[in-house]
Amino acid sequence: MNAPTPTVKRALLSDMMRIRMVELEIARLYGEQEMRCPTHLCVGQEAPPVGVSRHLRRGDLVFSAHRSHGHYLARGGDLKAMMAELYGRQTGCASGKGGSQNLVDLAVGFMGSVPILASTISVAVGAALGTTMRGEDRIVVSYFGDAAVEEGIFHETMNYASVEKLPVLFVCENNLYGVQSALDVRQFAGRRIVDIAAAHAVPATSGDGNDIDEVWRLAGAAIAAIRGGGWPAMLELATYRWLEHCGPNDDTAIGYRSAAELESWRDRCPVARCRDALLAEGGLTKADFAAMERDIAAEMDAAVAFARNSPFPPPDALASHVFPG
Amino acid sequence: MARQLKYFEAIREAQAACLASDDAVYVIGNNVPSPSGVFGTTTGLQERFGAARVRDMPSSENGMTGVVLGSALVGMRPVLIHMRVDFAVLSMDLLVNQAAKWHYMYGGRMTAPITVRMIVGRGWGQGPQHSQSLQAWFAHVPGLKVVMPTTPHDAKGMLIAAIQDDAPVIVLEHRWLYNIDGPVPEGHYCEPLDCSKIVRTGRHITLAGLSYMTLECLSAAAMLAQIGVEAEVIDLRCLTPIDGDTLVRSVAKTGHLIVADTAQTAFGAGAEVVAIASGRAFSLLKSPPARLGLPHIPTPTSPALADLYYPRAMDIARLALDRLGIERALPPEPPTDRPWRDTPDPDFTGPY
Repeated sequence: MNAPTPTVKRALLSDMMRIRMVELEIARLYGEQEMRCPTHLCVGQEAPPVGVSRHLRRGDLVFSAHRSHGHYLARGGDLKAMMAELYGRQTGCASGKGGSQNLVDLAVGFMGSVPILASTISVAVGAALGTTMRGEDRIVVSYFGDAAVEEGIFHETMNYASVEKLPVLFVCENNLYGVQSALDVRQFAGRRIVDIAAAHAVPATSGDGNDIDEVWRLAGAAIAAIRGGGWPAMLELATYRWLEHCGPNDDTAIGYRSAAELESWRDRCPVARCRDALLAEGGLTKADFAAMERDIAAEMDAAVAFARNSPFPPPDALASHVFPG
Repeated sequence: MARQLKYFEAIREAQAACLASDDAVYVIGNNVPSPSGVFGTTTGLQERFGAARVRDMPSSENGMTGVVLGSALVGMRPVLIHMRVDFAVLSMDLLVNQAAKWHYMYGGRMTAPITVRMIVGRGWGQGPQHSQSLQAWFAHVPGLKVVMPTTPHDAKGMLIAAIQDDAPVIVLEHRWLYNIDGPVPEGHYCEPLDCSKIVRTGRHITLAGLSYMTLECLSAAAMLAQIGVEAEVIDLRCLTPIDGDTLVRSVAKTGHLIVADTAQTAFGAGAEVVAIASGRAFSLLKSPPARLGLPHIPTPTSPALADLYYPRAMDIARLALDRLGIERALPPEPPTDRPWRDTPDPDFTGPY
């Protein structure tokens, strides 16, 4: 399992393209002010969720944080329900009560995303405990960013996952910035994030999060190890977001990061690298790629239309679901 | 005579009943399986139900609250225990941001049936960080249920109801109730999580107590009875919501209200009780409703200061006479040979 076959790689490309095109469409439409919720786009960060999700089985569970669209879509989350959620509609995946920051799709085991950075790491570890106690054969994936490892709960629950040998894959997408704060003012430059995992006896690997082949290979190995031994593992994947922390714009002009830095990461675009490699290897024709784009665009347009045509939640939804029953 | 159990034994029995009747239930907390068993409330449970279902845990209050939440999302019914409320403060992120919201923010698609037991400490120098009574914090957050059982009967019935409830429920247990006996039925029974209970009837003034302060209200009522004042005592028991119907019925009868809380008075549950009574029965009130609780001061450690800090039955009785406009003298407090009032009874010899 050193490299994906051309068939798998085409599927990986398609999944990354789908995320890319959806995110860019959201960015294009966001200025209309109809999607009225904080929205953290993952343009540039498509490879980690796609490479990880390819190895998941039906029944596996996924938790995410604020930048969750890619995690949701790569897992097979319903695009129409996601768009309707961003538009605040009753047909949204959380009935309009969550927004972009609280996506959910239980049909595919996408158990939720939350904007309090590391909170869901603990919930993911708990789901792994619960599913293990119930004798089920599932693994749990917890996605988070580099800033989440600065919150105590990351350490608390990575320790516990290790103590209980729980089947959790921790996926840290290191995109170098917490909002507008660079990594080196937040974390000691000589200490790697994977070393924290090692200190908790969790096997950890770092890799190029903009190289889908590498993500696919590392995730496959980590997940196979988890399934084999019921032991947690961590991946730290280096990547970069192209747009501002929250919202649809390029923010290189405001001064916390440079246009040149962004450009250097755009040169390593995970989608283009995958596409170009497939074209060069003969695993994809330009016509195939154009068809892929067309299909995604059609699905996306239908999802946006569905969202816009859906009703808003009725007034009585306001007070429903505070408590169950 | 009905079977008598101590409060802590009733709690243990509630957990054992739920562990026995539902495989999804498990109990987890720092020192839960240890010889002391969280003041006796978990002693012997691991021997009976096994290490998978009666679990110790790392001192990771916030993380472990997320862990129990995650397990609840996939079908478990955890009971998480904090030996002091003060440690649960470390878990506010998971309680307030996550557990309370999980049902609502995903449009009702998931439930978070977690029970969190927290013990309110008092006396023997528990001091600033081992004695806080933060029920108002939790009750302020939509999505959390908050209860404070006072009697052994309710400690068992309300804890079973909490564990069976599909919402996150916080059960606050006052340490000074632990050694009090009371009738406790055998077997599995539930007490409601949303209503109060009249524990003494009277027609002159309503004394509404929370948790241990209900016992002080009962003592105050006994003192008042000696001078012909008949106080009605309500054990509030539940904060989410405050049982306004019972309260208003009582106030309609008496016209006077005193609320006694185990917490700081300012911004506390007592304010909520007074607001409900004033809002719904303003014209029936014959005197301004009064609150009695802790001053806005951290808990002092020295018994010399702690004895000044905690209000007791005599304070409630004096306030009642003030509200009733009665100038008669109260009977003296029973004499004691104990140097301080920093323990619930002479058998309590510390350290907790």
